[in-house]
Amino acid sequence: MSPAGNGGDAALAIELRGISKAFGPVQANRDISIQVRRGTIHGIIGENGAGKSTLMSILYGFYRADAGEILIGGRRVEIPDSQAAIRAGIGMVFQHFKLVENFTVLENVVLGAEDGRLLKPSLAKARRLLKQLADDYEMDVDPEAVIEDLGVGQQQRVEILKALYREADILILDEPTGVLTPAEADHLFRILRGLRDEGKTIILITHKLREIMEITDTVSVMRRGEMTATVRTAETSPEELAELMVGRKVLLRVDKAPATPRDVVLEVRNLRVVDEQKVERLRGIDLTIRRGEILGIAGVSGNGQSELLEVLGGYANGTGTIRMNGREIDLTGSASNARTRRARGIAHVPEDRQREGLVMDYSAWENVAFGYHSDPRFSSGLFMDHAAMRADCDDKMHRFDVRPPDPTLAAKNFSGGNQQKIVLAREIERNPDLLMIGQPTRGVDIGAIEFIHEQIVALRDQGKAILLVSVELDEIMALSDRIAVMFDGRIMGERLPDETDQRELGLLMAGMAGEAA
Amino acid sequence: MNDALPKWADIALIPLLNLTLALIVSGLVVLFIGEDPFEVLSLLVEGAVGSADGWSYTLYYATNFIFTGLGVAVAFHARLFNIGGEGQAMLGGLGVALALLYVPWPHWSLALLAAVAGAALFGAAWAAIPAWLQARRGSHIVITTIMFNFIASALMVYLLSRVLLVPGAGGSPETARFAAEANLPGIGDLYALLGWGCVERPIASVCRAPLNIAFLLALLASVGVWALLWRTRLGYEIRAFGHSEPAALYAGISPTRIIMMAMLISGGLCGLMAINAVMGEAERLVIDPVQGAGFVGIAVALMGRSHPIGICLAALLFGMLYQGGGYVEFDIPAISREMILVIQALVILFTGALDNMVRVPMEALFLTRRRPEPALPLTATRSDGDPKDRQVEP
Repeated sequence: MSPAGNGGDAALAIELRGISKAFGPVQANRDISIQVRRGTIHGIIGENGAGKSTLMSILYGFYRADAGEILIGGRRVEIPDSQAAIRAGIGMVFQHFKLVENFTVLENVVLGAEDGRLLKPSLAKARRLLKQLADDYEMDVDPEAVIEDLGVGQQQRVEILKALYREADILILDEPTGVLTPAEADHLFRILRGLRDEGKTIILITHKLREIMEITDTVSVMRRGEMTATVRTAETSPEELAELMVGRKVLLRVDKAPATPRDVVLEVRNLRVVDEQKVERLRGIDLTIRRGEILGIAGVSGNGQSELLEVLGGYANGTGTIRMNGREIDLTGSASNARTRRARGIAHVPEDRQREGLVMDYSAWENVAFGYHSDPRFSSGLFMDHAAMRADCDDKMHRFDVRPPDPTLAAKNFSGGNQQKIVLAREIERNPDLLMIGQPTRGVDIGAIEFIHEQIVALRDQGKAILLVSVELDEIMALSDRIAVMFDGRIMGERLPDETDQRELGLLMAGMAGEAA
Repeated sequence: MNDALPKWADIALIPLLNLTLALIVSGLVVLFIGEDPFEVLSLLVEGAVGSADGWSYTLYYATNFIFTGLGVAVAFHARLFNIGGEGQAMLGGLGVALALLYVPWPHWSLALLAAVAGAALFGAAWAAIPAWLQARRGSHIVITTIMFNFIASALMVYLLSRVLLVPGAGGSPETARFAAEANLPGIGDLYALLGWGCVERPIASVCRAPLNIAFLLALLASVGVWALLWRTRLGYEIRAFGHSEPAALYAGISPTRIIMMAMLISGGLCGLMAINAVMGEAERLVIDPVQGAGFVGIAVALMGRSHPIGICLAALLFGMLYQGGGYVEFDIPAISREMILVIQALVILFTGALDNMVRVPMEALFLTRRRPEPALPLTATRSDGDPKDRQVEP
């Protein structure tokens, strides 16, 4: 560690020296040192749980480091809370926006940074600034619009405007493209480049290698709480970064033979769903999936994909026709539930495994029977057969390489990837005709992504029909045999993966009409 | 981080610390009114467990609290807050009375079976209406169960003063005594059977103590609740629903069914309390047979962490407070009935509501005592012999 009083380099916007942070037994950050040059876009990449968010939370004053020091513009600073971070010129754009939904853009920008007791002067000042920023960086947002009427891309711009209004010189963005269409992401990147050229410093936290390669000047890689490397982006490659993240070589492409689709398994006609607020979430979906093929559903999240999975999975009501192996499924009656769907050969790996797919407080062995707990294998009469459940769990954990292979551990204590393996093992092993899988690799480490993708392709090759829903376009392109794009509760069009590209799919995802399906 | 504490600390250490804090504050209150807290405490303990009759009364009260505590706990596991134990137990008492008043049972064992059925059925029925409103109409169960306590109470007054009132009794609204054949064997019968003599004391004698065979029924119910929650499919579904409703839906578990089943069982268990208080003790239905046990059950379930073993221990503690409290009241006039209520309330406050006040610092303490392990010991990556990987394996 450097001796106290040693001044830093003023050309560095941020310098961290020897930052460590432990949460009880978990060392989230270990002796992290990093230098971010002023006027650059600096990427920080790492698997889930590598410690990226902890590090940024320390920088933004949410946590205090156990050891180490922070230098801003060459001066040592203490950041005990987020107010101090803002005073030091740091602005943060969170993955989940922190906006007041029923306030206008202007009110949100000013909120917490008012100049005095009267709002009017602050609002006038903010309006002038917004206009100027809009001109300078394509940040066109109507200052009088109410947040809940804006799209996610625009809401994100409001978050950036908030930071700039507070005179941030350093902007930290946490997974900013997760909710954006490719076009919106491009727009964001143009804004970020403009800000950089003005001399702002930008730190971009992401797990998407493509974004790192596209926009950053420098990239730091984190693994298991440590900073494993900082390299110039121009001098590295996605493969090298992936290897640095995981600690071994990673196959970024999915190896798969061409599909040989056979008879129709699932047929969906004119499926409609109206939610509790009487908003139509699905507006007439038509789909067909055959044995031995993967149908990928692309789309920005919130365009009806979740509702589609819920209706097919049996726990939301809809109207229309669904046929499984030629036989119609009852969509509304009291027999329409997740249990009867499973009995009809539909297995479901849900989008949100922590909320739906697993009972987080249940041990792994209790979770392995979840949804199939009435199966004669696991229960006889009123009672559950714990020995059979444990044995089944033990077996699945070894075959799916779940770590640690301890059936008594609660689901919440496994990493995202291992949780997903538990769900996947449970759903695949029932030998379903149709596997629905939502966001298969969300929150999953790169090492496990590879394994999960292999499993999906292997299942297809065994002649199962697979419905894949993902907001990761790369994943859809890599795995699907056919791609359907959803926007606003409709299928905007179907494409074959080798006859389309990200740009075309991106347009469909944004609702620019292709031909109707 | 819910696993921050070792299990023994969670189920033993924290409640003990809570209890100690409650006693310290109670001691201060006693000091404040000019009495010696140590004397009060020693009298309380002596009254509760210092003699055979003290024990008998303590266990009698504990029996009530085990039933209501179990009832509240079953609902807790489905994340339902059943505050209606009081009303359900009253209705249980009605069920007991109806089962015993009109049928001349030849033997107490048959009478007990009928009374158990009546108590459970009526208690469950009283819980069924709020449960149905919750499951189907989304009416919050806390509100509806508490309102049903008032309805139950009014209903009891009406029935006892107009319908079930024994002719010519005059004065107190209560039913006729149950037939002698329907009287449950009590601790006095056990003493007689074993040929032990009873020591007559100024306020109590073990032979007149109300402790009866319902205590064994309560222990049996504890085992039953444990088996229900952790061994049956229904228990598995109830707990899954309680942990996460979206997950339960995903698994095909019907929320309506779980809410109904959990509340029926909860109400039935609360109703069974009447076996002890109405059939075992009063031997007739009086105006308020429950005497707050439905509410104490909430504290018992909270303190017992909704586990039958914890509930039995917590029920014993509250039984001691009830019995010992009465004893102190008798000996030190300055410590009134209300003072005893204050002490009981402090125990409920510290064990239930202020649990986190002790828990959070204890978790921090246990965490710092453990040696930090490397980040993400549970990572999914397959180690390929990279020295760094090996170094971080615990």
